[in-house]
Amino acid sequence: MKQKLMATALAAALMAGPALADLTIIDTSYRTGPYAANGIPFSDGYQDYFTLLNARDGGIGGEKINLVECETGYNTEKGVECYEATKGAGNGALIYQPLSTGITYQLIPKASADGIPLHTMGYGRTSAKNGGVFEWVFNYPANYWDGASHAITHILDQNGGDISGKKISLIYHNSAYGKEPIRTLEELSAKHGFELVLLPVDHPGQEQKSQWLQIRRDRPDYVIMWGWGVMNQVAIQEAVNIRFPMENFIGIWWSGSENDVKAAGPAANGYKALTFHNLGRDYPVYADIQKHVVDAGKAAGAGDQVGSVLYNRGMYAAMLAAEAIKTAQEMHGVSAINAAQLRDGMENLEMTEAKMTALGLPGFGPEFKVSCENHGGNGYGAVSQWDAAAGEFKLITDYFQSDQEIISKLVAEDSAAFAAENGITPRC
Amino acid sequence: MPDSVIFGMEVFLNGLMAGVLYALVALGFVLIYKASGIFNYAQGVMALFAALTLVGIMEGQVPFSHLINAVLGTQVHHFGWHVPALLAVALTVVVMIALAWIVNKLIFRHLVGQEPIILFMATIGLAYFLEGFGDVMWGADIKKLDVGLPQGMNSAIDDVTFGIFGYGFFIDNLDIVATLVAALLVAGLVAFAQYSKHGRAMRAVADDHQAALSVGISLNFIWVMVWSLAGFVALVAGIMWGTKMGVQFSLSLIALKALPVLMLGGFTSIPGAIVGGLIIGVGEKMFEFAIGPLVGGATENWFAYMLALIFLVFRPQGLFGEKIIERV
Repeated sequence: MKQKLMATALAAALMAGPALADLTIIDTSYRTGPYAANGIPFSDGYQDYFTLLNARDGGIGGEKINLVECETGYNTEKGVECYEATKGAGNGALIYQPLSTGITYQLIPKASADGIPLHTMGYGRTSAKNGGVFEWVFNYPANYWDGASHAITHILDQNGGDISGKKISLIYHNSAYGKEPIRTLEELSAKHGFELVLLPVDHPGQEQKSQWLQIRRDRPDYVIMWGWGVMNQVAIQEAVNIRFPMENFIGIWWSGSENDVKAAGPAANGYKALTFHNLGRDYPVYADIQKHVVDAGKAAGAGDQVGSVLYNRGMYAAMLAAEAIKTAQEMHGVSAINAAQLRDGMENLEMTEAKMTALGLPGFGPEFKVSCENHGGNGYGAVSQWDAAAGEFKLITDYFQSDQEIISKLVAEDSAAFAAENGITPRC
Repeated sequence: MPDSVIFGMEVFLNGLMAGVLYALVALGFVLIYKASGIFNYAQGVMALFAALTLVGIMEGQVPFSHLINAVLGTQVHHFGWHVPALLAVALTVVVMIALAWIVNKLIFRHLVGQEPIILFMATIGLAYFLEGFGDVMWGADIKKLDVGLPQGMNSAIDDVTFGIFGYGFFIDNLDIVATLVAALLVAGLVAFAQYSKHGRAMRAVADDHQAALSVGISLNFIWVMVWSLAGFVALVAGIMWGTKMGVQFSLSLIALKALPVLMLGGFTSIPGAIVGGLIIGVGEKMFEFAIGPLVGGATENWFAYMLALIFLVFRPQGLFGEKIIERV
């Protein structure tokens, strides 16, 4: 009797848990702590898209998606703990989207050793674009250095292609993340003849009076911001306070969500931010998300983030992961793929307009093709602008390419240095 | 006059204003430490909780709405009304008094006579609890706080200084308000401590718990009163900082700005918190202005602590702190 009971309990436990053949996706989220306001919409978008695929399509290629969420609190140590705790979940974790440059740097050697791909979309180690060196890391469709170039290209466009003699200030989070664009901007400064002024802000960035007083004294023509969390809100408020023209203030995509501008109220109108995906919820896929996920009570959060900038980014990341899974399934002829097969799928991913339209996301992101040499896409991005009256960011440019002449050189240099330090022979 | 001197004067004034904002946070620490010997690690989180509650009340937000909706399947978020700022501030004060009573009843009443490190650890636990509780109660989104305080460049100062120096100084209206509020707050607190019955009782408890008890002063009442006062100071700090950066969970990190102020001004002196704040504010801003460009900038955080450490070498009790002499 006792044995029967134990067998029944074991069977029930197995049935209740995820089937071993499921595609296990890890969502390393941060719904608590100082960065929760940004972590929640991204995680909601990431999870809701996979939930939609499960509910509407029965998963991907007939395999259900087993979503495992792990809270990092945007803390590097906790992020690594999450990785260690979840990499064996289900049939083995297929992919990680760490959503933190700090966590990414820690996971690059671990994931490479474990054979699990990382997708660090618009963050992380920029030179991971060189897939010959970084076999398990992908950062398509755009990286930090692309972003720096996008900002300068936009300023060039605004000035008839000539910005020699202009003064551009970079206000940045004084961390590895914030310092990422400096080398690129220095190269672009030499190429285009503008003066670059660097203004670091200490973490977390609640007090920026010194930097903005300097901006007021220096009177730069443009200010570019590389911030995150509270630094963004304070910077935008300080820019408003000193009456800096908002249309000349451009943030990287991590400084361009509704969270960053709403605290400053209507005065933030006109602030610009870069993006590598489209905005709003005027896409057919959102009707499906509303019907199959939100209205069905299956939304990851409160269901109140759908269509926000960071929700869209999370949803876009999930869509790219799902398309890589499909590519891997086709390549290997199996539906229950493993992490190594997904890596192959990611390396052969091609996003076309036709594919995005079929997914209910026409024009949502740039077209790109991944290869062994290029894990980072083609470096396309766009500029958005905050419309305070409408309460939304709107795309004001088409997607345009970063300065590949400079970016390619920097990627080659940095990845070669990494390969030399770590004894890696480039694969391609 | 050389441009660098004029710019330096502007930076000096802004340093004073920033110092007042730091001092506002430090004041809450001083009040509790002075009366009970507890270093309240949760002071920053109390400022966050107070600001969250204020915005929640003003916006008519339903507390615990995410939890209620998740459990009951409802879709309630707002009551549909907006509460005027002054009334909302008054209601938030009531909430902070209730919090003080609960904290004392559930935590510190049971820890009377314990080592200071135990009390400190309790406040760490309180900070984590309160942060999570605030999250569940009001949500993690960034909220705009508008209680009607002016913000942005003061045009009069800009015009006057332009007339004198040919360069208009930037002074934020919010900083001017913060300075006035801080002055009133300190004057009120000092007057309360010196001249009111409960203020004198508070000082008696601060001097000697047991002696105060022996003359009939209720330790519980004084502690609730002091935590309520610290809650009120936290609300004022939360309003000033929340107006500046939006009400968000990073607000709790403003406590980091108060630590060097406390080290410098002393943990037991209300005027010390103000003077310490002004010295730190001016010191870090002037250092960043004069030396920052030579060393790559971003000197303010470490300079504040370095300055406090230098003071500690010469005055371990801080500028205005009480010198503790223990005879064996």
